[in-house]
Amino acid sequence: MKKFTSLLLISALMLACVGCGSKASDDADVKSEGVMTYEEYAAAALDTEVVVETYVQAKQSWWDNQATVYTQDKDGAYFLYNMACSEEDYAKLTTGTKIKVTGYKSEWAGEVEIIDATFEIEDGSYIAEAEDVTSILASDDLINHQNKFVSFKGMTVEAIQDADGNDATFLYAWDGSGQDGDDLYFNVSYEGNTYTFTVESYLCDNTTDVYNAVKALNVGDTVDMEGFLYWYEGVNPHITSITVK
Amino acid sequence: MSRVKFSSRICIFLLTVVAGGCSLLLTGCHGSKGMDAFEIPEEFDVSKEYEITFWAKNDTNKTQTAIYEQAIADFEDLYPNITVNLRLYTDYGKIYNDVITNISTNTTPNVCITYPDHIATYLTGTNLVVPLEELFADEKYGLAGSEVRFDSPAVNEIIPQFLEECSFAGHYYALPYMRSTEACYINKTYVEALGYTLPDALTWDFVWEVSEAAMAQDSEGNFLVNGQKVMIPFIYKSTDNMMIQMLRQKDAGYSTDEGEILLFNDTTRELLFTVAEHAQSGAFSTFKISSYPANFLNAGQCIFAIDSTAGATWMGTNAPLLDISEDKVVEFETAVMPIPQFDTGNPKMISQGPSVCIFNKSDPQEVLASWLFAQYLLTNDVQIAYSETEGYVPVTSKAQESAEYQDYLSRCGEDNDVYYDVKIKAAKLLLDNVDHTFVTPVFGGSASLRDGAGQLIENTVKSVRRGQEVDDGYIDKLYDDITSLYRLDQIGGQNAQAALGKADLGELPKTSVILLASLAAAWVLIILYVVFQMVKRKRNQ
Repeated sequence: MKKFTSLLLISALMLACVGCGSKASDDADVKSEGVMTYEEYAAAALDTEVVVETYVQAKQSWWDNQATVYTQDKDGAYFLYNMACSEEDYAKLTTGTKIKVTGYKSEWAGEVEIIDATFEIEDGSYIAEAEDVTSILASDDLINHQNKFVSFKGMTVEAIQDADGNDATFLYAWDGSGQDGDDLYFNVSYEGNTYTFTVESYLCDNTTDVYNAVKALNVGDTVDMEGFLYWYEGVNPHITSITVK
Repeated sequence: MSRVKFSSRICIFLLTVVAGGCSLLLTGCHGSKGMDAFEIPEEFDVSKEYEITFWAKNDTNKTQTAIYEQAIADFEDLYPNITVNLRLYTDYGKIYNDVITNISTNTTPNVCITYPDHIATYLTGTNLVVPLEELFADEKYGLAGSEVRFDSPAVNEIIPQFLEECSFAGHYYALPYMRSTEACYINKTYVEALGYTLPDALTWDFVWEVSEAAMAQDSEGNFLVNGQKVMIPFIYKSTDNMMIQMLRQKDAGYSTDEGEILLFNDTTRELLFTVAEHAQSGAFSTFKISSYPANFLNAGQCIFAIDSTAGATWMGTNAPLLDISEDKVVEFETAVMPIPQFDTGNPKMISQGPSVCIFNKSDPQEVLASWLFAQYLLTNDVQIAYSETEGYVPVTSKAQESAEYQDYLSRCGEDNDVYYDVKIKAAKLLLDNVDHTFVTPVFGGSASLRDGAGQLIENTVKSVRRGQEVDDGYIDKLYDDITSLYRLDQIGGQNAQAALGKADLGELPKTSVILLASLAAAWVLIILYVVFQMVKRKRNQ
């Protein structure tokens, strides 16, 4: 009898968990009235007003009542640059928080983003799983995943050259002109192509695991990484975790 | 392929918080006793160790970093009892922000690269920034002083215009470190392909006309001039400079020396209408809206890129610094010219670039150590080396006239590195036009006004791109919005007067009047009561 009761309870718990999971997923599916789907957002022209419902995945910075946030729904991602946000509200933007954002679609150095935005917090939660984009890194399809939380598997750490032509494993600032605490730049390759990845110091500062792990890399290491598929004159992922295999 | 420029971009928004910073600082300093004024010690105490911090700005340029490090090492060799700790920044806004934050905790740096506009804000703290004129003239430790252990320039060897830029509120609060101006980097190949010839001096009309001509497209949407889908013929990096220089060229108002705001005038309105017209056609955009002018220029997607002469190493087909993939770079001839003018017979362009200020500390010996290091930055070794990293010019005649620097200038175009022609032409542009440069008045809040001037252009361009009509009603509202956003109505002449200790505090707030009246009434009643009691006692006697 005890075994039966235990099984019943476990089954009920599992059903409840599945139910919760579906609910989060359903929430991420359903758009309120007047809100664009990701497809509509992607099709919208630059400089037009957009209204989206999306979920906070990470926060980059807050200053002077402006927040820069990585967000995503189940269909795509939205980078919110300098969105109007009080410090009090910024604290509420925890990972998964659903927000309705009204702003303007814009592009800066290849990065499509929402600027001059306002937002309101709504009920609902969704945390995106990292999508493995390793195999499409070199393809034209990659840009369709811009700003998403993604993963890269089995990439090889390559040397990066500073402005003087010296090889290094990573650089502080793009040319090595920076110091500890600045953005880290490092090269990784996959199937013969080399890419420059970044630890964005506003997103992950020099106290984070990823920042210090990148500083400890060696050329030739094989690494798995997660991060956001940011763009600056080409793909320039903002890495949030790295594991040496 | 540099993400670092995004960091710079983040710092652009930091620049927009000047108003907030100002109010923070003013609040923080209200009622504070402040520090005692610095007095120059008789002797520099070489028996004690001094550790000073130097917050420096570089243009995300490894060579500049190396020059700072070398300067520190050389200085420490000369003064073994002084240790200089370098903290690097890539933009002025972040330095400004951090200084403000550190004022409240009394942890300002000793020596700091900065802009005079920013120092004006720091001055709201009592004796926070060291006035330098007495140090300049000090016989032992002043410029070219007898006890200085290096070949320091005399005060009259600092280019007078550059030195004067560091004088405000009755004192010299900084030393100039490097100077630059803005240049127009031009795809001459495309200008000529469009049937135009570059004039001897650029005019705004010429730039607008060529820019509009470059907008012609074929039936498939490719621009005829470059065969690409993207073409923004005219991109301006610093729109605050754009507005400031246009107004100065037209002799229109911006601000008075005392800090009265004159920006919101009819000339500004006309200029914004012109900007709107060319934003409408897509012929004009800005850095904040579209990205770095150099990236578009080098990709053949821009014809007139206006940026600092200190950005010259990024400009042109053969630029030593590149932010786009090499396969995107197109071949073209780069011309370097002064910014467009309304009156070519009377050219006017801004003078800008880093200056160095010294923060006061409780130990005068530590301040003296800071001063010696700041002074060291004016030596020929540092001046010439740093100026060669970009289109900067040295701030001393001693460096400018040196054989080493003259040799550098004469080798323009010998390679695409140290002698990169665009960079040296940019430096020469300023050297040839020092007499045509100007700076804007410095007062508490002048940094906010500068931001507001640029934001007028940014908002206008954005609005046009978003299909809004830019008419008189729009401009009226824009003026109100910018005034409010940057708290420009709280600056006025009052702030400047306050800096000079002559603030007219105006009428008391109502609550204060009520409080004071209540106190007065209470005292009257107390006195009446006491008198009444005394009279009563007398009568009873």
